[in-house]
Amino acid sequence: MSLNRLTISEARDKLDAGEISSLDLVQDCLERIKEIDERLRSCLEVCQEKALLEAKEADARIKKGETGALLGIPYIAKDNILTKGVKTTAASKMLENYIAPTDATVIKKLRHSGAVLLAKSNLDEFAHGASTENSAFFTTRNPWDLERVPGGSSGGSAAAVAADLCLFALGTDTGGSVRAPASFCGVSGLKPSYGRCSRFGLIAMTSSTDVPGVLSKTVSDSALVLKAVAGRDEYDATTPDIEVGDYYNNLGEDLQGLTAGLTQEYFDDQTDPEVIKLVKTAVNVLEEKGVKIKETSLPYSKYSVPTYYIITPSEISSNMARFDGIRYGFRKEQGVSSLADVYHKSRAGGLGPEVKRRIMLGTYALSAGYRDAYYLQAQKTRTKIKEEMDSALEEFDFLITPTSPHIAFKIGEQSDDPLQMYLEDIFVSGASLAGLPALSIPCGFSQGLPVGMQVIVKRFDEQTLFDVSYNYQKATQWHLQKPDF
Amino acid sequence: MIKKEEIKHIASLARLELSEEEIEKMSDQLSDVISYIEKLKEVDVAGIEPTAQVTGLENSVCEDEVREWNKEELESAVSQAPEREGEEFKVRRVLEEE
Repeated sequence: MSLNRLTISEARDKLDAGEISSLDLVQDCLERIKEIDERLRSCLEVCQEKALLEAKEADARIKKGETGALLGIPYIAKDNILTKGVKTTAASKMLENYIAPTDATVIKKLRHSGAVLLAKSNLDEFAHGASTENSAFFTTRNPWDLERVPGGSSGGSAAAVAADLCLFALGTDTGGSVRAPASFCGVSGLKPSYGRCSRFGLIAMTSSTDVPGVLSKTVSDSALVLKAVAGRDEYDATTPDIEVGDYYNNLGEDLQGLTAGLTQEYFDDQTDPEVIKLVKTAVNVLEEKGVKIKETSLPYSKYSVPTYYIITPSEISSNMARFDGIRYGFRKEQGVSSLADVYHKSRAGGLGPEVKRRIMLGTYALSAGYRDAYYLQAQKTRTKIKEEMDSALEEFDFLITPTSPHIAFKIGEQSDDPLQMYLEDIFVSGASLAGLPALSIPCGFSQGLPVGMQVIVKRFDEQTLFDVSYNYQKATQWHLQKPDF
Repeated sequence: MIKKEEIKHIASLARLELSEEEIEKMSDQLSDVISYIEKLKEVDVAGIEPTAQVTGLENSVCEDEVREWNKEELESAVSQAPEREGEEFKVRRVLEEE
Protein backbone atom coordinates (compact mmCIF):
# COMPACT_ATOMS: atom_id res chain seq x y z
CA MET A 1 0.00 0.00 0.00
CA SER A 2 1.20 3.50 -0.76
CA LEU A 3 1.56 5.32 2.56
CA ASN A 4 0.16 8.56 1.14
CA ARG A 5 -3.27 6.90 1.19
CA LEU A 6 -3.30 6.55 4.98
CA THR A 7 -5.40 8.64 7.33
CA ILE A 8 -3.65 10.44 10.17
CA SER A 9 -4.73 7.89 12.78
CA GLU A 10 -3.66 4.94 10.62
CA ALA A 11 -0.26 6.51 10.03
CA ARG A 12 0.04 7.36 13.73
CA ASP A 13 -0.37 3.70 14.72
CA LYS A 14 2.25 2.58 12.22
CA LEU A 15 4.67 5.34 13.23
CA ASP A 16 4.28 4.54 16.92
CA ALA A 17 4.71 0.82 16.28
CA GLY A 18 7.93 1.60 14.38
CA GLU A 19 6.59 -0.05 11.20
CA ILE A 20 7.17 3.08 9.13
CA SER A 21 9.07 6.34 9.46
CA SER A 22 7.97 9.89 8.76
CA LEU A 23 10.52 9.87 5.94
CA ASP A 24 8.70 6.91 4.32
CA LEU A 25 5.42 8.79 4.55
CA VAL A 26 6.83 12.02 3.18
CA GLN A 27 8.60 10.23 0.32
CA ASP A 28 5.39 8.47 -0.73
CA CYS A 29 3.49 11.77 -0.71
CA LEU A 30 6.19 13.53 -2.74
CA GLU A 31 6.19 10.62 -5.16
CA ARG A 32 2.42 10.90 -5.56
CA ILE A 33 2.65 14.66 -6.12
CA LYS A 34 5.29 14.11 -8.80
CA GLU A 35 3.18 11.42 -10.42
CA ILE A 36 -0.16 13.19 -10.72
CA ASP A 37 -0.01 16.87 -9.87
CA GLU A 38 0.91 17.85 -13.39
CA ARG A 39 -2.66 16.88 -14.26
CA LEU A 40 -4.41 17.78 -11.00
CA ARG A 41 -2.60 21.12 -10.52
CA SER A 42 -3.32 21.41 -6.82
CA CYS A 43 0.10 22.66 -5.69
CA LEU A 44 1.69 26.03 -6.36
CA GLU A 45 4.98 25.13 -4.71
CA VAL A 46 6.36 21.84 -3.46
CA CYS A 47 8.97 22.17 -0.70
CA GLN A 48 10.72 18.85 -1.28
CA GLU A 49 14.09 19.52 0.38
CA LYS A 50 12.60 21.14 3.46
CA ALA A 51 9.99 18.41 3.80
CA LEU A 52 12.60 15.65 3.71
CA LEU A 53 14.60 17.51 6.34
CA GLU A 54 11.56 18.02 8.57
CA ALA A 55 10.66 14.33 8.22
CA LYS A 56 14.12 13.32 9.44
CA GLU A 57 13.75 15.69 12.39
CA ALA A 58 10.38 14.18 13.22
CA ASP A 59 11.87 10.68 13.06
CA ALA A 60 14.60 11.75 15.47
CA ARG A 61 11.95 13.13 17.86
CA ILE A 62 9.99 9.86 17.66
CA LYS A 63 13.14 7.88 18.32
CA LYS A 64 13.76 9.94 21.47
CA GLY A 65 10.38 8.77 22.72
CA GLU A 66 8.41 11.91 21.95
CA THR A 67 4.72 11.31 21.19
CA GLY A 68 2.09 13.46 19.56
CA ALA A 69 -0.83 13.01 17.20
CA LEU A 70 0.78 14.90 14.31
CA LEU A 71 4.44 14.14 14.88
CA GLY A 72 5.84 13.18 11.47
CA ILE A 73 2.54 13.63 9.60
CA PRO A 74 2.82 15.32 6.16
CA TYR A 75 0.36 18.07 5.21
CA ILE A 76 -0.25 20.78 2.62
CA ALA A 77 -1.17 24.41 3.41
CA LYS A 78 -3.27 26.77 1.33
CA ASP A 79 -1.09 29.46 -0.14
CA ASN A 80 -2.74 32.37 1.67
CA ILE A 81 -1.28 31.12 4.98
CA LEU A 82 2.15 32.54 5.77
CA THR A 83 5.05 30.09 5.89
CA LYS A 84 8.46 31.32 6.90
CA GLY A 85 11.07 30.67 4.23
CA VAL A 86 8.56 29.23 1.72
CA LYS A 87 6.80 31.49 -0.79
CA THR A 88 3.25 32.62 0.04
CA THR A 89 1.61 34.00 -3.09
CA ALA A 90 -2.15 33.97 -2.36
CA ALA A 91 -2.26 32.79 -6.01
CA SER A 92 -1.73 36.42 -7.05
CA LYS A 93 0.78 38.16 -9.31
CA MET A 94 0.85 40.75 -6.54
CA LEU A 95 2.69 38.32 -4.25
CA GLU A 96 4.33 36.11 -6.87
CA ASN A 97 7.72 36.24 -5.13
CA TYR A 98 6.66 37.01 -1.56
CA ILE A 99 8.39 35.18 1.28
CA ALA A 100 6.94 35.84 4.72
CA PRO A 101 9.31 36.71 7.58
CA THR A 102 7.26 34.66 10.07
CA ASP A 103 4.93 31.67 10.20
CA ALA A 104 1.19 32.03 10.70
CA THR A 105 0.24 30.90 14.21
CA VAL A 106 -1.47 27.75 12.87
CA ILE A 107 1.68 26.85 10.90
CA LYS A 108 3.86 27.53 13.94
CA LYS A 109 1.67 25.24 16.03
CA LEU A 110 1.85 22.47 13.45
CA ARG A 111 5.63 22.88 13.31
CA HIS A 112 5.81 22.43 17.09
CA SER A 113 3.59 19.35 16.77
CA GLY A 114 6.09 17.92 14.31
CA ALA A 115 3.81 17.93 11.25
CA VAL A 116 5.73 18.17 7.97
CA LEU A 117 4.85 20.84 5.38
CA LEU A 118 4.93 19.29 1.90
CA ALA A 119 3.58 22.01 -0.35
CA LYS A 120 1.50 25.16 -0.72
CA SER A 121 -1.81 24.69 -2.49
CA ASN A 122 -3.66 26.63 -5.14
CA LEU A 123 -6.66 28.88 -4.43
CA ASP A 124 -8.76 31.59 -5.98
CA GLU A 125 -6.61 34.73 -5.92
CA PHE A 126 -6.62 36.03 -2.31
CA ALA A 127 -9.36 33.42 -1.65
CA HIS A 128 -11.86 35.46 -3.70
CA GLY A 129 -13.92 32.80 -5.42
CA ALA A 130 -15.72 29.47 -5.29
CA SER A 131 -13.98 27.43 -8.00
CA THR A 132 -10.19 28.03 -7.88
CA GLU A 133 -10.54 29.39 -11.44
CA ASN A 134 -9.59 32.84 -10.13
CA SER A 135 -6.01 31.73 -9.38
CA ALA A 136 -3.61 34.00 -11.29
CA PHE A 137 -1.50 30.94 -12.13
CA PHE A 138 -3.71 28.02 -13.16
CA THR A 139 -6.98 26.23 -12.41
CA THR A 140 -6.98 23.19 -10.14
CA ARG A 141 -8.94 20.18 -11.41
CA ASN A 142 -11.43 18.06 -9.56
CA PRO A 143 -9.85 14.62 -9.02
CA TRP A 144 -13.23 12.95 -9.69
CA ASP A 145 -13.51 14.57 -13.12
CA LEU A 146 -10.64 16.64 -14.48
CA GLU A 147 -13.04 18.73 -16.59
CA ARG A 148 -14.71 20.05 -13.45
CA VAL A 149 -13.75 22.55 -10.75
CA PRO A 150 -12.68 21.37 -7.30
CA GLY A 151 -14.70 24.19 -5.72
CA GLY A 152 -13.08 26.99 -3.84
CA SER A 153 -11.46 28.90 -2.64
CA SER A 154 -9.48 26.12 -0.88
CA GLY A 155 -9.73 24.02 -4.08
CA GLY A 156 -6.06 23.02 -4.14
CA SER A 157 -6.18 21.73 -0.56
CA ALA A 158 -9.42 19.78 -1.12
CA ALA A 159 -8.20 18.21 -4.38
CA ALA A 160 -4.87 17.30 -2.77
CA VAL A 161 -6.55 15.48 0.12
CA ALA A 162 -9.03 13.72 -2.18
CA ALA A 163 -6.21 12.51 -4.43
CA ASP A 164 -4.00 11.39 -1.49
CA LEU A 165 -1.18 13.86 -2.09
CA CYS A 166 -0.98 14.37 1.66
CA LEU A 167 -2.60 13.16 4.89
CA PHE A 168 -4.44 16.42 5.56
CA ALA A 169 -4.46 20.02 4.41
CA LEU A 170 -5.12 23.46 5.84
CA GLY A 171 -7.54 25.78 4.13
CA THR A 172 -9.28 29.00 5.05
CA ASP A 173 -13.02 29.54 5.21
CA THR A 174 -14.54 33.02 4.95
CA GLY A 175 -17.93 32.22 3.46
CA GLY A 176 -17.66 28.50 2.69
CA SER A 177 -14.17 28.20 1.23
CA VAL A 178 -13.33 24.99 3.11
CA ARG A 179 -16.77 23.38 3.17
CA ALA A 180 -17.68 23.93 -0.49
CA PRO A 181 -14.54 22.37 -2.01
CA ALA A 182 -14.73 19.56 0.57
CA SER A 183 -18.19 18.82 -0.77
CA PHE A 184 -17.12 18.94 -4.45
CA CYS A 185 -14.06 16.74 -3.83
CA GLY A 186 -15.60 14.25 -1.40
CA VAL A 187 -13.51 14.97 1.71
CA SER A 188 -14.25 16.24 5.22
CA GLY A 189 -14.03 20.01 5.56
CA LEU A 190 -14.07 21.74 8.93
CA LYS A 191 -14.78 25.41 9.52
CA PRO A 192 -14.23 26.01 13.25
CA SER A 193 -16.00 28.76 15.23
CA TYR A 194 -14.81 32.24 14.47
CA GLY A 195 -12.05 32.91 17.02
CA ARG A 196 -11.38 29.22 17.78
CA CYS A 197 -8.09 29.38 15.83
CA SER A 198 -5.80 32.33 15.36
CA ARG A 199 -6.01 34.32 12.14
CA PHE A 200 -2.50 35.67 12.65
CA GLY A 201 -0.64 35.04 9.41
CA LEU A 202 -3.70 34.39 7.27
CA ILE A 203 -3.72 36.90 4.43
CA ALA A 204 -6.78 38.89 5.46
CA MET A 205 -9.90 38.82 3.32
CA THR A 206 -12.98 39.42 5.49
CA SER A 207 -11.52 39.89 8.95
CA SER A 208 -14.88 39.42 10.68
CA THR A 209 -15.50 35.94 9.17
CA ASP A 210 -12.05 34.55 8.15
CA VAL A 211 -11.05 31.31 9.88
CA PRO A 212 -8.38 28.69 9.23
CA GLY A 213 -9.95 25.30 8.50
CA VAL A 214 -9.05 21.65 8.00
CA LEU A 215 -9.50 19.31 5.01
CA SER A 216 -9.08 15.66 5.89
CA LYS A 217 -9.98 12.12 4.88
CA THR A 218 -12.01 11.43 8.01
CA VAL A 219 -13.73 13.56 10.64
CA SER A 220 -11.71 11.99 13.45
CA ASP A 221 -8.57 13.24 11.66
CA SER A 222 -9.92 16.79 11.64
CA ALA A 223 -10.57 16.45 15.39
CA LEU A 224 -6.87 15.67 15.84
CA VAL A 225 -5.77 18.64 13.73
CA LEU A 226 -8.16 21.12 15.36
CA LYS A 227 -6.78 20.35 18.80
CA ALA A 228 -3.28 21.09 17.52
CA VAL A 229 -4.07 24.43 15.85
CA ALA A 230 -6.79 25.92 18.10
CA GLY A 231 -6.58 28.23 21.08
CA ARG A 232 -6.09 31.77 22.30
CA ASP A 233 -3.30 33.67 20.55
CA GLU A 234 -1.87 36.93 21.82
CA TYR A 235 -1.36 37.98 18.19
CA ASP A 236 -5.07 37.73 17.37
CA ALA A 237 -7.26 39.77 19.70
CA THR A 238 -10.40 38.01 18.41
CA THR A 239 -9.46 34.62 19.93
CA PRO A 240 -11.35 34.22 23.23
CA ASP A 241 -9.72 32.30 26.06
CA ILE A 242 -11.99 29.25 25.79
CA GLU A 243 -10.56 25.83 26.56
CA VAL A 244 -9.65 23.65 23.58
CA GLY A 245 -11.20 20.22 23.93
CA ASP A 246 -9.55 16.84 23.53
CA TYR A 247 -11.90 16.34 20.58
CA TYR A 248 -10.50 13.06 19.31
CA ASN A 249 -10.36 11.20 22.61
CA ASN A 250 -13.77 12.55 23.59
CA LEU A 251 -15.54 11.39 20.41
CA GLY A 252 -18.95 10.14 21.55
CA GLU A 253 -19.86 6.62 20.60
CA ASP A 254 -23.57 7.29 20.11
CA LEU A 255 -26.00 10.07 19.33
CA GLN A 256 -28.92 9.07 21.58
CA GLY A 257 -31.04 12.01 22.63
CA LEU A 258 -29.59 14.59 20.23
CA THR A 259 -31.96 16.71 18.16
CA ALA A 260 -31.41 18.01 14.66
CA GLY A 261 -33.18 20.69 12.64
CA LEU A 262 -33.69 20.38 8.90
CA THR A 263 -33.85 23.87 7.49
CA GLN A 264 -36.62 23.69 4.91
CA GLU A 265 -35.31 26.69 2.93
CA TYR A 266 -32.26 24.64 1.98
CA PHE A 267 -34.29 21.75 0.62
CA ASP A 268 -36.45 23.64 -1.87
CA ASP A 269 -36.40 23.75 -5.67
CA GLN A 270 -33.12 25.69 -5.87
CA THR A 271 -31.38 22.47 -4.81
CA ASP A 272 -30.75 19.55 -7.18
CA PRO A 273 -33.32 16.82 -6.32
CA GLU A 274 -30.57 14.20 -6.35
CA VAL A 275 -28.66 16.20 -3.71
CA ILE A 276 -31.80 16.49 -1.59
CA LYS A 277 -32.36 12.75 -1.83
CA LEU A 278 -28.82 11.94 -0.70
CA VAL A 279 -28.86 14.37 2.22
CA LYS A 280 -32.25 13.02 3.35
CA THR A 281 -30.89 9.48 3.19
CA ALA A 282 -27.99 10.63 5.38
CA VAL A 283 -30.49 12.15 7.79
CA ASN A 284 -32.19 8.73 8.04
CA VAL A 285 -28.86 7.21 9.04
CA LEU A 286 -28.59 9.74 11.87
CA GLU A 287 -32.17 9.00 12.87
CA GLU A 288 -31.33 5.31 13.17
CA LYS A 289 -28.51 6.35 15.48
CA GLY A 290 -31.02 7.92 17.83
CA VAL A 291 -31.15 11.53 16.62
CA LYS A 292 -34.57 13.19 16.76
CA ILE A 293 -35.14 15.02 13.49
CA LYS A 294 -37.55 17.92 13.01
CA GLU A 295 -38.14 20.39 10.21
CA THR A 296 -37.36 23.99 10.99
CA SER A 297 -37.33 27.29 9.17
CA LEU A 298 -34.75 30.08 8.90
CA PRO A 299 -36.62 32.79 6.97
CA TYR A 300 -33.63 35.17 7.00
CA SER A 301 -31.32 32.62 5.41
CA LYS A 302 -32.33 33.93 1.99
CA TYR A 303 -30.56 37.18 2.86
CA SER A 304 -27.24 35.60 3.76
CA VAL A 305 -25.69 35.83 0.26
CA PRO A 306 -26.64 39.50 -0.33
CA THR A 307 -25.49 40.34 3.22
CA TYR A 308 -22.26 38.45 2.72
CA TYR A 309 -21.58 40.16 -0.62
CA ILE A 310 -21.79 43.59 0.98
CA ILE A 311 -19.83 42.85 4.14
CA THR A 312 -17.13 40.81 2.38
CA PRO A 313 -16.23 43.27 -0.40
CA SER A 314 -16.37 46.12 2.13
CA GLU A 315 -13.82 44.44 4.37
CA ILE A 316 -11.81 43.38 1.32
CA SER A 317 -11.60 46.93 0.00
CA SER A 318 -10.10 47.94 3.31
CA ASN A 319 -7.81 44.91 3.75
CA MET A 320 -6.48 45.11 0.18
CA ALA A 321 -5.36 48.71 0.73
CA ARG A 322 -2.10 47.33 2.10
CA PHE A 323 -1.07 46.27 -1.40
CA ASP A 324 0.36 49.59 -2.44
CA GLY A 325 3.65 48.66 -4.12
CA ILE A 326 5.70 50.11 -1.26
CA ARG A 327 6.48 47.51 1.41
CA TYR A 328 6.11 44.26 -0.50
CA GLY A 329 4.55 42.83 -3.58
CA PHE A 330 4.33 43.90 -7.20
CA ARG A 331 5.35 47.41 -8.16
CA LYS A 332 4.82 48.94 -11.57
CA GLU A 333 7.95 50.84 -12.57
CA GLN A 334 7.21 52.10 -16.08
CA GLY A 335 5.26 55.29 -16.65
CA VAL A 336 5.11 56.07 -12.95
CA SER A 337 5.78 59.65 -11.89
CA SER A 338 4.04 60.33 -8.55
CA LEU A 339 3.36 58.34 -5.39
CA ALA A 340 -0.31 58.16 -6.41
CA ASP A 341 0.83 56.61 -9.70
CA VAL A 342 2.71 53.92 -7.79
CA TYR A 343 -0.52 53.00 -6.00
CA HIS A 344 -2.86 53.12 -8.98
CA LYS A 345 -0.62 51.31 -11.44
CA SER A 346 0.88 48.73 -9.06
CA ARG A 347 -2.60 47.67 -7.98
CA ALA A 348 -3.80 47.66 -11.59
CA GLY A 349 -0.90 45.45 -12.66
CA GLY A 350 -0.70 43.10 -9.69
CA LEU A 351 -4.36 42.26 -9.01
CA GLY A 352 -6.70 40.04 -11.02
CA PRO A 353 -10.24 40.77 -12.24
CA GLU A 354 -12.22 39.28 -9.31
CA VAL A 355 -10.04 41.04 -6.73
CA LYS A 356 -10.57 44.34 -8.55
CA ARG A 357 -14.29 43.68 -8.74
CA ARG A 358 -14.52 43.11 -5.00
CA ILE A 359 -12.41 46.16 -4.17
CA MET A 360 -14.74 48.23 -6.38
CA LEU A 361 -17.89 46.73 -4.91
CA GLY A 362 -16.67 47.32 -1.36
CA THR A 363 -15.49 50.84 -2.06
CA TYR A 364 -18.90 51.56 -3.60
CA ALA A 365 -20.78 50.11 -0.61
CA LEU A 366 -18.71 52.19 1.81
CA SER A 367 -18.64 55.42 -0.17
CA ALA A 368 -20.40 58.62 0.81
CA GLY A 369 -24.15 58.37 0.36
CA TYR A 370 -24.24 54.55 0.15
CA ARG A 371 -22.79 53.44 3.47
CA ASP A 372 -26.11 53.46 5.35
CA ALA A 373 -28.10 51.95 2.50
CA TYR A 374 -25.71 49.05 1.91
CA TYR A 375 -23.08 48.46 4.58
CA LEU A 376 -25.13 49.38 7.63
CA GLN A 377 -28.21 47.61 6.27
CA ALA A 378 -26.08 44.48 5.77
CA GLN A 379 -24.63 44.67 9.29
CA LYS A 380 -28.12 44.91 10.74
CA THR A 381 -29.37 42.04 8.61
CA ARG A 382 -26.34 40.11 9.82
CA THR A 383 -27.65 40.59 13.37
CA LYS A 384 -30.98 39.06 12.28
CA ILE A 385 -29.27 36.10 10.58
CA LYS A 386 -27.10 35.46 13.62
CA GLU A 387 -29.97 35.72 16.11
CA GLU A 388 -32.11 33.42 14.02
CA MET A 389 -29.40 30.74 13.76
CA ASP A 390 -28.55 31.06 17.45
CA SER A 391 -32.16 30.59 18.45
CA ALA A 392 -32.54 27.55 16.16
CA LEU A 393 -29.49 26.12 17.91
CA GLU A 394 -31.17 26.68 21.25
CA GLU A 395 -33.93 24.38 20.05
CA PHE A 396 -31.69 21.85 18.28
CA ASP A 397 -28.25 20.42 19.00
CA PHE A 398 -27.34 20.80 15.36
CA LEU A 399 -28.66 21.83 11.95
CA ILE A 400 -28.31 19.85 8.73
CA THR A 401 -28.21 21.26 5.20
CA PRO A 402 -26.74 20.26 1.86
CA THR A 403 -23.31 21.92 1.60
CA SER A 404 -23.91 22.97 -1.99
CA PRO A 405 -27.12 22.97 -4.06
CA HIS A 406 -25.39 20.87 -6.75
CA ILE A 407 -22.36 18.79 -7.70
CA ALA A 408 -19.10 20.28 -9.03
CA PHE A 409 -19.67 22.31 -12.20
CA LYS A 410 -17.56 22.31 -15.36
CA ILE A 411 -14.47 24.49 -15.65
CA GLY A 412 -15.38 27.71 -17.49
CA GLU A 413 -19.10 27.10 -17.20
CA GLN A 414 -19.82 30.15 -15.04
CA SER A 415 -16.49 31.92 -14.74
CA ASP A 416 -17.83 34.92 -16.69
CA ASP A 417 -20.78 35.45 -14.40
CA PRO A 418 -19.67 36.83 -11.02
CA LEU A 419 -23.19 36.89 -9.57
CA GLN A 420 -23.75 33.21 -10.40
CA MET A 421 -20.45 32.43 -8.68
CA TYR A 422 -21.49 34.39 -5.57
CA LEU A 423 -24.66 32.30 -5.35
CA GLU A 424 -22.45 29.23 -4.87
CA ASP A 425 -22.17 30.33 -1.23
CA ILE A 426 -25.90 30.12 -0.66
CA PHE A 427 -25.87 27.36 2.02
CA VAL A 428 -22.49 28.08 3.55
CA SER A 429 -22.38 31.86 4.12
CA GLY A 430 -24.89 31.83 7.02
CA ALA A 431 -22.61 29.97 9.45
CA SER A 432 -19.79 32.33 8.46
CA LEU A 433 -21.79 35.48 9.16
CA ALA A 434 -22.89 34.01 12.51
CA GLY A 435 -19.39 32.74 13.37
CA LEU A 436 -20.69 29.19 13.93
CA PRO A 437 -18.66 26.00 13.53
CA ALA A 438 -19.72 23.86 10.58
CA LEU A 439 -18.46 20.81 8.76
CA SER A 440 -19.06 19.24 5.37
CA ILE A 441 -18.88 15.45 5.04
CA PRO A 442 -19.40 13.22 2.00
CA CYS A 443 -22.89 11.69 1.90
CA GLY A 444 -23.07 10.05 -1.52
CA PHE A 445 -22.55 10.49 -5.25
CA SER A 446 -24.59 11.97 -8.05
CA GLN A 447 -23.45 11.29 -11.64
CA GLY A 448 -20.25 9.86 -10.16
CA LEU A 449 -19.44 13.10 -8.31
CA PRO A 450 -19.38 13.59 -4.52
CA VAL A 451 -22.19 15.31 -2.62
CA GLY A 452 -21.64 16.89 0.79
CA MET A 453 -23.84 17.36 3.85
CA GLN A 454 -23.28 20.31 6.14
CA VAL A 455 -23.61 20.07 9.93
CA ILE A 456 -23.80 23.33 11.93
CA VAL A 457 -23.57 23.60 15.73
CA LYS A 458 -23.41 26.21 18.51
CA ARG A 459 -20.43 28.52 18.79
CA PHE A 460 -17.41 26.68 20.29
CA ASP A 461 -19.31 23.37 20.41
CA GLU A 462 -16.99 21.67 17.91
CA GLN A 463 -17.22 18.46 19.94
CA THR A 464 -20.86 17.93 18.89
CA LEU A 465 -19.88 18.63 15.30
CA PHE A 466 -17.28 15.86 15.46
CA ASP A 467 -19.54 13.45 17.39
CA VAL A 468 -22.34 13.69 14.82
CA SER A 469 -20.06 13.41 11.80
CA TYR A 470 -17.91 10.67 13.31
CA ASN A 471 -20.94 8.50 14.04
CA TYR A 472 -22.20 9.11 10.52
CA GLN A 473 -18.84 8.04 9.09
CA LYS A 474 -18.80 4.93 11.30
CA ALA A 475 -22.12 3.91 9.76
CA THR A 476 -21.30 4.75 6.12
CA GLN A 477 -18.60 4.23 3.52
CA TRP A 478 -18.88 7.43 1.43
CA HIS A 479 -15.76 9.02 2.91
CA LEU A 480 -13.73 5.92 1.98
CA GLN A 481 -14.41 6.23 -1.76
CA LYS A 482 -11.41 7.35 -3.79
CA PRO A 483 -11.23 8.94 -7.23
CA ASP A 484 -9.73 6.54 -9.73
CA PHE A 485 -6.67 8.11 -11.29
CA MET B 1 -27.19 50.86 -13.57
CA ILE B 2 -23.88 52.24 -12.37
CA LYS B 3 -22.60 54.78 -14.88
CA LYS B 4 -19.07 54.78 -16.21
CA GLU B 5 -18.38 58.14 -14.56
CA GLU B 6 -19.26 56.64 -11.19
CA ILE B 7 -17.04 53.61 -11.82
CA LYS B 8 -14.15 56.00 -12.53
CA HIS B 9 -14.83 57.88 -9.30
CA ILE B 10 -14.96 54.67 -7.23
CA ALA B 11 -11.76 53.43 -8.88
CA SER B 12 -9.97 56.62 -7.95
CA LEU B 13 -11.15 56.29 -4.35
CA ALA B 14 -9.78 52.73 -4.39
CA ARG B 15 -6.45 53.88 -5.93
CA LEU B 16 -7.00 51.46 -8.76
CA GLU B 17 -6.29 52.29 -12.39
CA LEU B 18 -8.78 50.65 -14.76
CA SER B 19 -8.61 50.39 -18.54
CA GLU B 20 -11.53 51.56 -20.68
CA GLU B 21 -12.43 47.94 -21.28
CA GLU B 22 -12.38 47.18 -17.55
CA ILE B 23 -14.57 50.20 -16.81
CA GLU B 24 -17.10 49.02 -19.38
CA LYS B 25 -17.21 45.49 -17.98
CA MET B 26 -17.17 46.65 -14.35
CA SER B 27 -20.15 48.88 -14.98
CA ASP B 28 -22.20 45.90 -16.26
CA GLN B 29 -21.06 43.39 -13.67
CA LEU B 30 -21.33 45.65 -10.62
CA SER B 31 -24.80 46.75 -11.72
CA ASP B 32 -25.82 43.10 -11.87
CA VAL B 33 -24.51 42.33 -8.41
CA ILE B 34 -25.92 45.49 -6.88
CA SER B 35 -29.38 44.96 -8.28
CA TYR B 36 -29.31 41.51 -6.65
CA ILE B 37 -28.09 42.98 -3.38
CA GLU B 38 -30.96 45.52 -3.44
CA LYS B 39 -33.01 42.60 -2.11
CA LEU B 40 -31.68 43.52 1.33
CA LYS B 41 -33.70 46.73 1.33
CA GLU B 42 -36.86 44.73 2.01
CA VAL B 43 -35.53 43.62 5.42
CA ASP B 44 -37.06 45.60 8.28
CA VAL B 45 -34.13 46.48 10.52
CA ALA B 46 -35.79 49.16 12.64
CA GLY B 47 -34.27 49.12 16.11
CA ILE B 48 -31.72 46.42 15.20
CA GLU B 49 -28.11 46.94 16.25
CA PRO B 50 -25.48 46.31 13.54
CA THR B 51 -23.17 43.30 13.97
CA ALA B 52 -19.51 43.96 13.25
CA GLN B 53 -18.11 40.94 15.07
CA VAL B 54 -19.41 37.80 16.75
CA THR B 55 -16.92 36.93 19.49
CA GLY B 56 -18.60 38.86 22.28
CA LEU B 57 -15.15 40.15 23.23
CA GLU B 58 -14.83 43.85 24.04
CA ASN B 59 -11.88 46.17 24.25
CA SER B 60 -9.28 43.46 23.95
CA VAL B 61 -6.08 45.35 24.71
CA CYS B 62 -2.43 44.54 25.25
CA GLU B 63 0.50 46.43 26.76
CA ASP B 64 1.88 49.04 24.40
CA GLU B 65 5.50 48.01 24.53
CA VAL B 66 8.33 47.79 22.07
CA ARG B 67 9.49 44.23 21.42
CA GLU B 68 12.77 43.32 19.81
CA TRP B 69 12.43 41.65 16.43
CA ASN B 70 15.31 39.40 15.54
CA LYS B 71 17.65 40.65 12.83
CA GLU B 72 16.98 37.77 10.47
CA GLU B 73 13.21 38.24 10.40
CA LEU B 74 13.55 42.03 10.22
CA GLU B 75 15.86 41.69 7.24
CA SER B 76 13.49 39.22 5.63
CA ALA B 77 10.60 41.67 6.03
CA VAL B 78 12.42 44.72 4.72
CA SER B 79 14.00 42.83 1.84
CA GLN B 80 10.53 42.34 0.30
CA ALA B 81 10.29 46.06 -0.47
CA PRO B 82 10.85 47.14 -4.07
CA GLU B 83 12.90 50.10 -2.77
CA ARG B 84 14.61 50.41 0.59
CA GLU B 85 17.24 52.38 2.43
CA GLY B 86 18.89 50.42 5.22
CA GLU B 87 16.10 49.12 7.44
CA GLU B 88 13.55 51.52 6.02
CA PHE B 89 11.12 51.50 3.12
CA LYS B 90 11.72 54.15 0.51
CA VAL B 91 8.67 56.12 -0.62
CA ARG B 92 8.34 58.74 -3.32
CA ARG B 93 7.82 62.38 -2.45
CA VAL B 94 4.25 62.97 -1.26
CA LEU B 95 4.13 66.76 -1.72
CA GLU B 96 4.84 68.07 -5.19
CA GLU B 97 7.32 70.95 -5.51
CA GLU B 98 5.73 74.32 -6.19
